[in-house]
Amino acid sequence: MALTAAEQERYSRQVRFHGIGSEGQDRLARSSVLVLGAGALGSAIAETLVRAGVGRIRIVDRDYVEWSNLQRQNLYSETDAEQRLPKAIAAAQRLRSVNSSVTVEGIVADAAAEEIGEYTVGVDLILDASDNFEIRMIINDISAKAGIPWIYGACTGSSGISMTVLPGESACLHCLIDELHAEGDTCDTVGIIQPAVQMTAAYQTTEALKWLAGQKDSLRGTLVSFDLWENRHVSVATEQLKRADCPSCGEKPVYPFLSATNLSKTAVLCGRDTVQIRPARAVLLNLELWEELLAVHGEVRRNPYMLSLELEKHRIALFPDGRVLIHGTSDTAVARTLYHRYFG
Amino acid sequence: MQVQLNGKTTLLSEHCITIADVLAESPWSGRRILVEINGEVVPREAYGRTSLSEGDQIEFVHFVGGG
Repeated sequence: MALTAAEQERYSRQVRFHGIGSEGQDRLARSSVLVLGAGALGSAIAETLVRAGVGRIRIVDRDYVEWSNLQRQNLYSETDAEQRLPKAIAAAQRLRSVNSSVTVEGIVADAAAEEIGEYTVGVDLILDASDNFEIRMIINDISAKAGIPWIYGACTGSSGISMTVLPGESACLHCLIDELHAEGDTCDTVGIIQPAVQMTAAYQTTEALKWLAGQKDSLRGTLVSFDLWENRHVSVATEQLKRADCPSCGEKPVYPFLSATNLSKTAVLCGRDTVQIRPARAVLLNLELWEELLAVHGEVRRNPYMLSLELEKHRIALFPDGRVLIHGTSDTAVARTLYHRYFG
Repeated sequence: MQVQLNGKTTLLSEHCITIADVLAESPWSGRRILVEINGEVVPREAYGRTSLSEGDQIEFVHFVGGG
């Protein structure tokens, strides 16, 4: 299919670029992507891909726009924050106004394995813009099972990291890590600057453009990690870490993160206006370290059995086995948002 | 022993022989990281048997979680 005159004009600078050309642009227009998360990375990624002229984009998020998002989440306005619009809705509106020729689908959902599996149907590429490792491991398993590539990306403070996972070819995220426990350094605990978001998103979207435009040979092939404040940049070849016995992408895959037993459990505690989140595997947390980490948010009370504090008007209790109680809500999506915001 | 740890000249204590020893004493202990020595990535299971030498360039790459 040849580009129309209007498309030739609109995408002229990108078509002129040697890596894309008319053929690449045409491929982009016929491609379909899934962006999981509409926070800082999701905003930056979605805007770039929509401006670049992908055919279809589906963007999923469980959260709503708040004032503290506006410093870095470039799709949102003060009006969105005032109205507390769901991010997926506000993002879809903005994206449609940026490029009306792209089919944009915004989905408000606290997506787990089953839903994400449904969202990937017909998709050429999955972009990770999520805020926790459990979702990333689910994406990783879905990618391996369905044979759809995905691009991992994450950032906090002034640093970021990205890796492209090609099922059946590259190492997957599970080959590299198998720890899902909370580490506590999230954008809400250690902060983040916008350039770290933009740099991470730039790595992710450049890889996306290469893949969607049919330039597979140009993919980076390494894991990239940087810290813009410390002026550090590391690129790591990961092919030798690909494991034949990887439970997600190895010779006998079992896709462990598509099974509920390997995921954290969320339960509403009846009559208590409280949600409990329990990690898949019991861990042994050092409450003293967590007290230090959480002290920036207010007074933390600690005894040998638990610590508690107030976060965003919710009383939170953290137990040494990793269990967290979030009081003042019976909405699991609200509770999971708070959990991932402060515990990772 | 003196090494370059994430780009900074670092003096390791005497009992730091392997990567596992260095990790145990560092804030990276128990975290999601990938280790590279002199440009070669080291599999997790080899941390305890990978000895360090004077001047090694060690990178602890942290899998951060935010987004």
